[in-house]
Amino acid sequence: MSTRLVSGGSVIDRETSVSFTFNGKTFNGHKGDTLASALLANGQTLVGRSFKYHRPRGIMASGAEEPNALVNLGQGGRFEPNQRTTTTEVFDGLTATSQNHWPSLEFDIGAINNKVPRLLPAGFYYKTFMKPQWAWKHLFEPIIRQSAGLGNAPKEADSDRYEYFYAYVDVLIVGGGMAGLVAALEAGKSGAKVLLIEQTANFGGRLAVDDVLINGKPSDGWLQQTIAELDAMDNVTIRTRMMGSGVFDHSYAMGYERINDHAPDNTAPRHRLWRIRAKRIVTATGALERPIAFAGNDIPGVMLASAVRDYVSMFGVSAGDRTVVITNNDDAYRTAITLKKAGLDVPAILDARPEANGPLPTEARNLGIRVETGKAIASVKGYKCVNGVEVCDQAGEGTILETIPCDVVAMSGGWSPVVHLWSHCGGKLNWDEPNAMFSPDPSRPPLGADGTGFVLTAGTASGELQTAAAMRNASFAGRQAATEAGFMAIDDATPVVIANDEEPMLPIWVMPHGAPYKLRSESWLDFQNDVKVSDVRLAAQEGFESVEHTKRYTTLGMATDQGKLSNINGLAILADSLNAPIPQVGTTTFRPPYTPISLGSMAGEARGNLFKPTRKSPIDSWQAKHNAIWEPVSDWRRPYTYRSDGESTEQAVTREINNTRNGVSILDASTLGKILVKGPHAAKFLDLIYTNMMSSLKVGKCRYGLMCNENGFLFDDGVVARLGEDEFLCHTTSGGSDAVHGWMEEWLQTEWWDLQVYTANVTEQFAQIAIVGPNARKVLEKLGGMNVSSEALPFMSFIDGGLAGIQARPFRISFSGELSYEIAVPAAQGQAFWDKVMEAGEEFGMMPYGTEALHVMRAEKGFIMIGDETDGTVIPQDLKLGWAVSKKKEDFIGKRAQERSHLQREDRKQLVGLLTENPHDVLPDGAHAVEGGKNRYGQENMIGHVTSTYFSPTLGHSIAMALIKGGSKRMGEVLTFPVGKDRVIKATVVDPVFYDKEGARQNV
Amino acid sequence: MSNAVSILNGATFEGAVTVTEAGLRGMITLRGDLDSEAMKKAVKASVGVALPKQRKIKSGKRGAVAWMSPDELLLLVDYDQADMLVAKMKSILAEEHHLVFNVSDARAMFTLSGAGAREVLAKGAPVDLSRSVFGKGAIRRSRIGQIAAAFWTLDGEEFEVVCFRSVGAFMYDWLSIAAAKGSLPEYL
Repeated sequence: MSTRLVSGGSVIDRETSVSFTFNGKTFNGHKGDTLASALLANGQTLVGRSFKYHRPRGIMASGAEEPNALVNLGQGGRFEPNQRTTTTEVFDGLTATSQNHWPSLEFDIGAINNKVPRLLPAGFYYKTFMKPQWAWKHLFEPIIRQSAGLGNAPKEADSDRYEYFYAYVDVLIVGGGMAGLVAALEAGKSGAKVLLIEQTANFGGRLAVDDVLINGKPSDGWLQQTIAELDAMDNVTIRTRMMGSGVFDHSYAMGYERINDHAPDNTAPRHRLWRIRAKRIVTATGALERPIAFAGNDIPGVMLASAVRDYVSMFGVSAGDRTVVITNNDDAYRTAITLKKAGLDVPAILDARPEANGPLPTEARNLGIRVETGKAIASVKGYKCVNGVEVCDQAGEGTILETIPCDVVAMSGGWSPVVHLWSHCGGKLNWDEPNAMFSPDPSRPPLGADGTGFVLTAGTASGELQTAAAMRNASFAGRQAATEAGFMAIDDATPVVIANDEEPMLPIWVMPHGAPYKLRSESWLDFQNDVKVSDVRLAAQEGFESVEHTKRYTTLGMATDQGKLSNINGLAILADSLNAPIPQVGTTTFRPPYTPISLGSMAGEARGNLFKPTRKSPIDSWQAKHNAIWEPVSDWRRPYTYRSDGESTEQAVTREINNTRNGVSILDASTLGKILVKGPHAAKFLDLIYTNMMSSLKVGKCRYGLMCNENGFLFDDGVVARLGEDEFLCHTTSGGSDAVHGWMEEWLQTEWWDLQVYTANVTEQFAQIAIVGPNARKVLEKLGGMNVSSEALPFMSFIDGGLAGIQARPFRISFSGELSYEIAVPAAQGQAFWDKVMEAGEEFGMMPYGTEALHVMRAEKGFIMIGDETDGTVIPQDLKLGWAVSKKKEDFIGKRAQERSHLQREDRKQLVGLLTENPHDVLPDGAHAVEGGKNRYGQENMIGHVTSTYFSPTLGHSIAMALIKGGSKRMGEVLTFPVGKDRVIKATVVDPVFYDKEGARQNV
Repeated sequence: MSNAVSILNGATFEGAVTVTEAGLRGMITLRGDLDSEAMKKAVKASVGVALPKQRKIKSGKRGAVAWMSPDELLLLVDYDQADMLVAKMKSILAEEHHLVFNVSDARAMFTLSGAGAREVLAKGAPVDLSRSVFGKGAIRRSRIGQIAAAFWTLDGEEFEVVCFRSVGAFMYDWLSIAAAKGSLPEYL
């Protein structure tokens, strides 16, 4: 049984206890413990159930590579599934529950899947449960979904907050082990700005567990001294609990800082996502130990050899009393030696190699440990925990030679450098035959904009598994990174490392060598996704020769651990099955993030009221106080209507329309885009931007204009006012101001740079207040300050002056068909002006109206709306706006396109008005008109759709506009609109101008 | 102009850094040939200083002038002086192609004071805000979170931020969250 040892534990504070719960049971741990070490300290070796077969699973590793020991962590707003116990630091009050079982971790009905694995082989969902067809959706899928999976989805909103941080450095170093520290020291000495980030709470990496001599002294002293030296350098920053999670183009890296996961509070953000620009990135990410594929290698108690000694050395925790070590290399002997020295029993070291006579095996033998070479594990005995191992020859098919009782199996199949960050942006790998691993190829790094590599590797991550060589490599990498970042590296002596020599390892991909199907089908490759040796063989047999296909067919490496332990073993098995060399089979693609990061960290601060910016007009707070029902209009919020007490929204809109048509109303039109265009060539420029002629506009006058893109399609419209000979103010739609300004600048800067024109987006300089209705002029006269008579200020003109003592520019333009003034005043005085208008208009029944009344009134007049009548495929001619497309101009954007035959066709969808048979039927927005008959898909033949539709209180009947195939020739035709299962609305095609066709009302 | 009001009436948030809505400030957009004598004269006549270099802001007794692009400057002046200075510069620049416009009302402005001011900005702006790079007189047109913004520091410690008026309240909320006590990375 696993337990806390009496002494030892370099990272725990035995004086400080913390209390936490697992599946409701209260346990104690120490400060510095991970959840995994604390669970082991309490004898909890069974931690979860597997994804597919519900096999019992325990803790296998001691770090980020852990595939099995995932838990539901926290409660309520801090609940998070699939959290790795090995990277979760315990704190007082932590709560965790195990995943994927019912009714309990100890007794799980789902484990029945384990008894019938032949029903769920690799790719089972592609080939089983095919018939009957209905059963997949209604029977099989629900059962499989219920049974498979890991943690639960959170039910409450995340109660923490998150943020980004942008940092710029010369050298970013990922990893705070020996290699990262020495690289930081070397780069730091050159004066380069260095940031070193370490994903755990502690520095040292493997050196913190596996001591060597550095410069003749124990490495622990060197570690402390190096950290102190780095701390003392102003140009070097080192941060813990921060993972280098991704490397992107242009030397851009992502750092995932877990600020207070180890001590939750409500002040600091929980996670901070660093977005780091570095001139050079050094990955000192170390290596991961590989499991070995033997039968029963997933049973709780089977662990990575390095993890077993990490728990002893760092946390003072033994994974069990009797540990059998199974290995193909010398490094695992360190585990046996560590355990023996801690007073634990090591009944045997089984070494698959024919002989093992290096310094480490010799030391083990000298400690009295039995070493058996050429031996393998035929099978692990036990189900929820290890009871023993059955020993066989590695060379044979698994004939059992003896059974050794034990409760832990420490396995080591060799080491693989962590090449993820090197590979994220295209760094290439070489197959290292002697060590049976992929290593970064320094001659093929990820390339930056200047064609040079921007990522370097250091230490073990470079493929240097021997400590002395790793130190030399890392030291050089630090200097090279600094030099490439433009600094002068200091050529000091590299620290001299003395460590035990290790003899060559022997690649072992399946154990024993001739393992029959029964053993292969119990030998796990991917522990989290339940993929076995037999599954990969089956995939190869069925023709999935590409590693990417095999991955998807078997789900190998597709779990939340992204195959950190399984990838190399899996593709070695695939290579073997295909009879191809491993490098020829290749690897799958490494993608960021290195381990899963929180969704919150990606969202950053953008949640709640900061989710998305809302643009507010200068009148916004008044509107909020006066019962505005809001409508989003691009990023703006605008009042849809202002509802009085007891009124429905619909009644409010009707009231606002009637008041405008019969008296006078006020509208906040501040959101309209306003772009100033100035220069000697301003008129020429606008002739090119708009479809109609702007150069002929007189100073002081306004003209409605249309803008098309290069394909001839209408994308924005608005009124242009000529402020001076060389100066225009272009109004755009509310949503279009930024895009139109960008559009103008793009043409000026990239195509027509010979034109002398400057533009400025002055949208927000002005509040624009519309006074609309037959009594509008009376209100302006009462405000006083300028002559607003029809002679002084005729339709489609403007004048500058003051109204009610405020600097004002009334434009006499109308979007309602009524007598109307849109008055621009400085935004900071917008509210003051609004108040004065309300006051002056009181005697005339002044009331505000919202966007819906605006929409209804413009539809009554047949005015189009960008986004309603246009959808990116509509040209002005389709909308009866051909009059606004100049035939005289030599050129304008869209002219050439509009000459194309498709845009000239007479049966294009064209704008029509519609009157429903029953005047009270309002057509649904977007309703389709059908003309009988069916297309080849069995759907009704459609001839167009409704673009705007309202009940007009002014006219007392419904009105609609639609885009109908050949619409302009269908006047008087009755069209059919199916609007529900058995319901059809019939409507007659009419002119889209429903009200005041002559325009008499606005021209008074 | 007693009717004129700024977006938040000088609201203040005290956190790790103090965020203050700075009230109304005169701002003038000036576009033209930055190498021309008339341009130099116009700037000198309105704020009393020479043209700033790329990504710099220069201040004098009567205001400040910031580099915004190879053909654009932003002048910071007293709110009440803006219209008068626009007219003055128009006449100085009458003979050459230019654009000058009072944009004071289009903006919201904030000050960030306290040692961590640059870290608050670095939470939202993809800009190197380290002291050695972003020192006295530096300005950037960039974004803060999701909002377009410009920011600068005249003394290397206090920062000023401008954004469009319509998103001023959002910016204030954003800055207040980013300036919360206990939330600074203590990196810059």
